Amino acid sequence: MKQSSFIQKIVNAPYILWSVLFIIAPLIMVIYYAFTNADGAFTLENIAQIGDYTSTFILSIGYGAVATVLCLVLAYPFAYFLAQSKASFQRVAVMLVMLPMWMSFLIRTYSWLTILGESGVINRFLGIFGIEPLHMLNTGGAVILGMVYNFLPYMILPLYTIMAKMDVSLVEAAEDLGCNRLHCLRKVIFPLSVPGIASGVTMVFVPSVSTFYITQKLGGGQITLIGDVIEGQFQTAYNYNLGAALSLVLMVMILICLGVLNYFTDSDDDGGVLI
Amino acid sequence: MKQTPIIIDLKNISVSFDNQTILNNISLSIHDGEFVTLLGPSGCGKTTTLRVIAGFLQQDSGDVIFEGKNINGVPPYKRQVNTIFQRYALFPHLNVYENIAFGLRLKKMKEKEIQAKVSEMLTLVNLKGFGTRKIDSLSGGQQQRVAIARALAVNPRVVLLDEPLGALDLKLRKDMQVELKNIQQKLGITFIYVTHDQEEALSMSDTVVVMDGGEIQQIGSPLDIYNEPSNAFVADFIGESNILDGIMHEDFSVEFSGIRFQCVDKGFKKDEPVDVVIRPEDVDVVSPEEGMLKGTVTSVTFKGVHYEIIVDIDNFKWMIQTTDKSEVGEEIGISIKPDEIHIMKKSDYSGLYGDYSSFSDEFDELSET
Amino acid sequence: MTKTSTVSKLYIALIFLFLYAPMIVMMVFSFNGTESTYVFSGFSLQWYERLFHDRATMNALKNTVVLAVVSAAVSTVMGTLAAVGIDSMKKKYLKTSVMTVTNIPMMNPEIVTGISMMLLFVFAGTMFGRRNVLGFWTILIAHVSFQLPYIILSVLPKLRQTDPRIYEAAQDLGCHPVKAFFKVVFPAILPGIVAGAIMAFTLSLDDFIISYFTNGPDFQTLPIQIFSMTKKRVKPDMYALSTLIFAAIFILLILMNFAQSKSDKKQRAKREAEK
Repeated sequence: MKQSSFIQKIVNAPYILWSVLFIIAPLIMVIYYAFTNADGAFTLENIAQIGDYTSTFILSIGYGAVATVLCLVLAYPFAYFLAQSKASFQRVAVMLVMLPMWMSFLIRTYSWLTILGESGVINRFLGIFGIEPLHMLNTGGAVILGMVYNFLPYMILPLYTIMAKMDVSLVEAAEDLGCNRLHCLRKVIFPLSVPGIASGVTMVFVPSVSTFYITQKLGGGQITLIGDVIEGQFQTAYNYNLGAALSLVLMVMILICLGVLNYFTDSDDDGGVLI
Repeated sequence: MKQTPIIIDLKNISVSFDNQTILNNISLSIHDGEFVTLLGPSGCGKTTTLRVIAGFLQQDSGDVIFEGKNINGVPPYKRQVNTIFQRYALFPHLNVYENIAFGLRLKKMKEKEIQAKVSEMLTLVNLKGFGTRKIDSLSGGQQQRVAIARALAVNPRVVLLDEPLGALDLKLRKDMQVELKNIQQKLGITFIYVTHDQEEALSMSDTVVVMDGGEIQQIGSPLDIYNEPSNAFVADFIGESNILDGIMHEDFSVEFSGIRFQCVDKGFKKDEPVDVVIRPEDVDVVSPEEGMLKGTVTSVTFKGVHYEIIVDIDNFKWMIQTTDKSEVGEEIGISIKPDEIHIMKKSDYSGLYGDYSSFSDEFDELSET
Repeated sequence: MTKTSTVSKLYIALIFLFLYAPMIVMMVFSFNGTESTYVFSGFSLQWYERLFHDRATMNALKNTVVLAVVSAAVSTVMGTLAAVGIDSMKKKYLKTSVMTVTNIPMMNPEIVTGISMMLLFVFAGTMFGRRNVLGFWTILIAHVSFQLPYIILSVLPKLRQTDPRIYEAAQDLGCHPVKAFFKVVFPAILPGIVAGAIMAFTLSLDDFIISYFTNGPDFQTLPIQIFSMTKKRVKPDMYALSTLIFAAIFILLILMNFAQSKSDKKQRAKREAEK
């Protein structure tokens, strides 16, 4: 017994050291900066200032929630249909869903300008029929679209994974017991897919709430979310302390949201929600 | 049987995890070429004993002696013992040939010698021509044979087998029992075999070690273990038995169920309370008038070779195996010959195992629900 | 049945159109004859040509690849060791706490991870009296940190699936424990390690947010280069760059898919043969 624990220490030590230095210490830094001023003295000023950003926080959560719900509504049928199609198609389709995730999200987001702009693809198409150009860019709708577009694969994949794994005989058993298709979906497939939903919601909600690039490009500065404020503190205003305080609040807020989510979708598998 | 020298000697081995005692002061001597079986229910410490011998586990106290040399602290890869694991533990990324050659390559043997050894082993376990097969393309029985070949290829002095047949179905299991025994006799290697299956233990072993609660309950030949169980646990675990409370009045005279019986045991104190074991097949069914004891038949099950009947005698449910048919509710008498009564000293297990009333209890519970 | 499958096919097609619309637009405009990303006026390869002559972009590309290779190599080795260590941990509370810490970078919004790292580096820099700490080393540390959980989470399941007895069996046959690990455990978990390494590599290639906060002026990666270029009006050369990346990933995926289906077929054929 003793010799194996010695080897274990050698194996574990680098990672534990790394985690302490580069996972835990940075978080402590956030707390440290949040409670100090530029001279390093303790202050509650930064925290007090956060009150000014209440509406931004609420707006961010609102945008994140709308984008998440839209992603879920779009992805659920997609994953369901995909899980029922031919195996060879499924493999290709999953790759096609993943492919955009490997491309620079900056460029993909920027491309929407070409589609949605005043003289973009859609408006030129409408122009053929003599329809006045629509004002689509720099609106809340465009920001939501950007979020849904960027994070939809993160919703599709966990949902698809769980549905593909689902035992076909379960659905057959339900149908055998007199469930019609809709009923079956509600009573069997939906409850079983809850862990997938929880994981998808997490993976869409967190980056949506904290985004800054999407709002800058598709919102054109008309819409400011908390990510933009934080980015500004670090990259233009150079007020690290306020930025740290805002980040701290954002982190805590997201933790609370995820905690609530976990509470409602509590499945007894360990960490399935986290991954 | 001629006694060969002792090859492995366990002296006062104790092992515990998280303050829970797994092995409590075990001592055991194993002779060269012997087929020893460690038999007991799950959690009795039999696998732990095996792992201590293999070196996967360090005992908290006690010594492991291999051919007179203390091998405490010697790591597994330096011990001349090899293990055949419960679920074979074959290397999935290597084919059959490479699995068997694994230990040989580590010994830096020449390729020619390896080839010869592997094909010898494949012949031994009846897997000629399987060398290039992938492990996951083999059946359970075939995988088992590869595991045996892999362990035997390195010429171990002692082979440790941890429930090697546990994952096989009954028919295959019986065949492999015979085959393993043949291999062991042919090669003359010491086998230490772990199982919870008493039939397997009785039919294969030279010596059976019955374990429970981290302690050795009895060591003996299969015949001794069956005929002369040392306590109520052994009597109950090995085969079926009726275990009654008795009083040894004097040598060759025991009282149970209110009657004095003649027996062949002696050496107890006067009027010492004892456990009395009577095997179901040793009881003769006679007419009530002729019987030493009489009772009412409460259940009859046809078992093929015989009937298994449960008889209520003074509220003690006896199991009797007989070729005579009886009816439920019938009153019968039983007679027991002196040499079929076995007397045991009282132990911690006394009273835990007794009659067969649980049979009918189960039925009662079922009918209630 | 046919009716629903038509509906489902149509739905799947629509979602794919949504996911790929910006990329199609991007590809088309990369061949544009003029500087516009709105009006297509004739086919030309000039943007590709310009791209290869753009020193800054090519340098950023080189940096990105170097960073991805180095960080993926470091995180793969360390993450694999960590997974082995975590898997062999006996104390439950220790295991849970290490896994919780491991999950932090995955749960935290990227922007928070990015700024927390930045704060740590800046803090350490002021402690050692250095002003410009941000550069290759800081971005490398940041990348290794966010890749580690992905490596660990892809190796751990493989370790759990591996029968611990094969490790013992190898020792039993005469292998030193360390050699036994490399001879039998390593081949068994190799698929997990490779999957994790590929994941780590692609995450590093694509990462913008964390790099954005931890990079320095002398080590720009491609996403950061793209970001600074999209601050201004984007020329089609960015589209050309993305088209090339897309093509590279696409070919890679096709090859992977091909190899996968070939090995699947082989296995199926073998299974058939055994029956």
